Amino acid sequence: MSRSEGLINHLDWITIILYGLLVLFGVVNIYAAIYDVDTTTSFFSFSHNGGKQMVFIGLAIIVAIVILSVDYKIYDTLAYPVWVIFMILLVVVMIFAREVNGAKSWLEIGPFRFQPSEFTKFATALALAKYVSKPNFKMGKLKDVFYTGLIISTPAVLIIAQGDAGTALVFSMFILVLFREGMSPIALVLGVASAIIFLLALLVQNDIYFWTPVVVIVGLSVYFNRKSIKRILIFIFLGASIIGMYHSVGYAFDNFLKPHQQNRILVLLNPNSDPLGAGWNVTQSKIAIGSGGLTGKGYLKGTQTKFDFVPEQSTDFIFCTIGEEQGWIGSMIVIILFTALLLRITQIAERQKWRFARVYGYSVATILFFHFMVNIGMTIGLFPVIGIPLPFFSYGGSSLISFTILVFILLALDANRMQRLAH
Amino acid sequence: MNKSRGYIIQTVFIGVAILFSIRLFSLQVLDDSYKTAADNNIIQEEIEYPFRGLIYDRNGEILVANKAIFDLLVIPTQLKNFDTIRFCNLVGITVEEFDTKVNKAKAYSYVKASLFIKQISLEDFSKFQDYLDEFSGFVLQPRTTRSYTYPILSNALGYISEISKYELRKDTLNYYHSGDYIGKSGLESNYETYLRGLRGKQFKIRNVRGVEKGKFKDGQFDTLAVPGFSITSTIDRTLQEYAEKLMKGKSGSIVAIEPSTGEILSIVSAPSYDPGMLSGKDFSQNFGVIKQDTLKPLFNRPLMAAYRPGSIFKIVQSLVALQEGVITPYSRFKCNTNLIGCHNGASHPFGTSEKLVGAIKNSCNPFFYQVMRKMVVQNVEDSPYLDAKIGLDKWNKYIKNFGFGAPLGIDLPGEKGGLIPDSKYYDRAYRGREWKYSNIYSLSIGEGENLVVPIQMANFTATVANRGYYYTPHLVKAISNTGKPLPIYTQKKYTGVDSAYFEIAVEAMAEVIKSGTGQYRAKLKDIEVCGKTGTVQNDPNPDHSVFIAFAPRNNPKIAVSVYVENAGQGARAAAAISGLLIEKYLKKDSATLYFEPYVLKGDFE
Repeated sequence: MSRSEGLINHLDWITIILYGLLVLFGVVNIYAAIYDVDTTTSFFSFSHNGGKQMVFIGLAIIVAIVILSVDYKIYDTLAYPVWVIFMILLVVVMIFAREVNGAKSWLEIGPFRFQPSEFTKFATALALAKYVSKPNFKMGKLKDVFYTGLIISTPAVLIIAQGDAGTALVFSMFILVLFREGMSPIALVLGVASAIIFLLALLVQNDIYFWTPVVVIVGLSVYFNRKSIKRILIFIFLGASIIGMYHSVGYAFDNFLKPHQQNRILVLLNPNSDPLGAGWNVTQSKIAIGSGGLTGKGYLKGTQTKFDFVPEQSTDFIFCTIGEEQGWIGSMIVIILFTALLLRITQIAERQKWRFARVYGYSVATILFFHFMVNIGMTIGLFPVIGIPLPFFSYGGSSLISFTILVFILLALDANRMQRLAH
Repeated sequence: MNKSRGYIIQTVFIGVAILFSIRLFSLQVLDDSYKTAADNNIIQEEIEYPFRGLIYDRNGEILVANKAIFDLLVIPTQLKNFDTIRFCNLVGITVEEFDTKVNKAKAYSYVKASLFIKQISLEDFSKFQDYLDEFSGFVLQPRTTRSYTYPILSNALGYISEISKYELRKDTLNYYHSGDYIGKSGLESNYETYLRGLRGKQFKIRNVRGVEKGKFKDGQFDTLAVPGFSITSTIDRTLQEYAEKLMKGKSGSIVAIEPSTGEILSIVSAPSYDPGMLSGKDFSQNFGVIKQDTLKPLFNRPLMAAYRPGSIFKIVQSLVALQEGVITPYSRFKCNTNLIGCHNGASHPFGTSEKLVGAIKNSCNPFFYQVMRKMVVQNVEDSPYLDAKIGLDKWNKYIKNFGFGAPLGIDLPGEKGGLIPDSKYYDRAYRGREWKYSNIYSLSIGEGENLVVPIQMANFTATVANRGYYYTPHLVKAISNTGKPLPIYTQKKYTGVDSAYFEIAVEAMAEVIKSGTGQYRAKLKDIEVCGKTGTVQNDPNPDHSVFIAFAPRNNPKIAVSVYVENAGQGARAAAAISGLLIEKYLKKDSATLYFEPYVLKGDFE
């Protein structure tokens, strides 16, 4: 059996088919999003984003073939060097890049330009996989906590420094991966709890409504555990920290978030507060999707997107075009395809005997999941507007190729899983 | 244990997918408001205002036409690179006004057009028309307002102006939009539904920057404006102009009717105003001036001013009494001034016993006191009180048949009915105390509680001219959709008095002009005029001068009632004006108009 034959037989074709469907559906909708009633351009015209995306797809296919062709061990071997290279690139970008939309994240080489931050996702996934899969790794050991933290937070901090907080948030997803690998759930619970307290602090108008339940619950807990001094102290400490956090949110909100970020959160809480200003994007995006109805207005017949009411229609808000023109049915196809892909990738990750491959697989799943959740969530008013692309759909070479790399490295590892014995 | 964490993660994935599905289902399928919102985003309704129907006089001369004006609309998003100061100078507003207006427009919509300056006249518009291209974001909306060929007939024509909030609420069929013009008074109001036409609508698609992107659904909802129907009024422009000229500087009214049709040839309310004042952008300013005028130019006297009928009423009384059979043309009654005062003189000394024609000619008060007594006191009941009630109500019914005591139903708004009392009226007035003829005899000579409006007097004159019937007076002889007046104006109305008795009244009225005392001012060469004076007491102010007349005696062409307030005896101002009008109408350019200087001078003492 030749090597290539074996590869083809061992490839996970379900993932490839799901990937292909998403990319195809994506480019068709990019064409629709950019389509101008007055100047009809051919689908394959390179002056058109749809045409350009076709080129990116071609590139992505080449990249995918290359990834599958090289020896799979290279990803393990080169994990750290790749990570380091991209960290350097992030710094380089910060120094040399022009500012676009408030962020310095584009690297320009001649006519080509790309966004290193997109590629740090797979680089970080590889590095994390490599570190966690090392034989003497132990979750919770101080040294290992430090290094995993370093691997994850370095790119996040650098990207925040570029001014692109949205992309940086993606790296929080690695906590889910670590959770799968045995990290104590307390970190997750604390994270979710802080998010809830943060939202409450912004939503609750009168402090009494927050104080009262906290005091009552702490009081009751103390009463029922009055035999144990230790527990009483824990509850009082918890209550005090919750209230302390609650009161520090306002300060943090005012001082750590940029005005446009504050607006995006406030708009999420009350979309009608400023429909022409900060709320415009969400309002128009919801109108676009909501007006699609069950079956949509028909391909190329969306008015919200055709007449530019929705901003960034071919990139971050590409889902509006689907919602408006394909309706609930089209939206559901996208959601089902994505969910199927996410579940398939999780299953692939679970079937890996090699911890490196499994950790990498979960990284792929959670990164895709974060993009899927936040991107669609923001278009339907469930998340604040965070400028991150919808994988495979949004127009853009960096995004498409980086997600392709992300998925196909996993497929390469998976195709060779039988050759590797479990550690 | 860690494997189960894999399931937790997968559950989170599925959970988010389910959350999204539900959210999308509620946004897309359950909630329709987003569809409307999407349509509202792109659809811009463009209104094509219809051409309001014209108003012609009876000979086809245009009285009311339309003139172009322009509303300037602003689309805030398109205000780019704007030289505000230059723009303000061109259109003649201050920068502060500009800012206020733009902010107001922004509050309404950034992408839709809002009203910026309304009713710019063609002259003002031509001043900046050529420069408007330099200023993006401004759109012109052509509209029309009224223009008047002659400065006459303002109270009858009425005016149009922007619809009020109250009128908008009343408009349950949603024909009107805020900012539309609507007829507020006169013919403009009464014939509003004919004149207004149908608004055309075009639904255009616009993108987020307000740039037009074609028609909504290929224009399947678009409609063209349909012009309103024109109306031909019954007014004779020449006569109207002349009548207004005669009334200049006086208070009062003139109504001239063509008896054979009920068509109003001329209707004057004095003082009046130039109808052009209430058209276009100076409307509010001028309206304030006219409204505050102490002489009340907006008060449409021929329909709204109620006067006691005075001596003219004696003709009505004669006809009623004849029909009721309580007198004959040959009945004589003595001029007994113990009953009621009389204007005795050489031709009508105290104690004369006149027949009906003579009594009318000399306007003998005691005669009609006795006629009315015969009418009211018919001795059908023993109680004089009950008897008077029955008699009075019988009388009231007759009088009302002549069109008195209730609005006639002319095609103008605001017509008053006057008052013809009946027994219930006096029961109320006397609050349960008894009354009989001796309490109400003033009615007999047209004084007392009787009230009539000038249009009713003119209608009565036409009724006499017709010998017993009338057509409800009206101002429109044809609406362009049917070429006919409204159907109610083609129905003959009978008084219930035999035409033979009317001949006696006609003879008496002819006699008044021929050999009456001061009525020579209404006399005309070659035309036999029939008329009657009425001097309405108006203590402590000078009497009102009233005259009714029709001519010629046979086959009458015109019937007039003339009221000149505070001008003394009917035989002077009102009689002279009546004569001039009749001559002018019947003889056109060959009229000699002898008394014109007398009337124009306006000194009737």
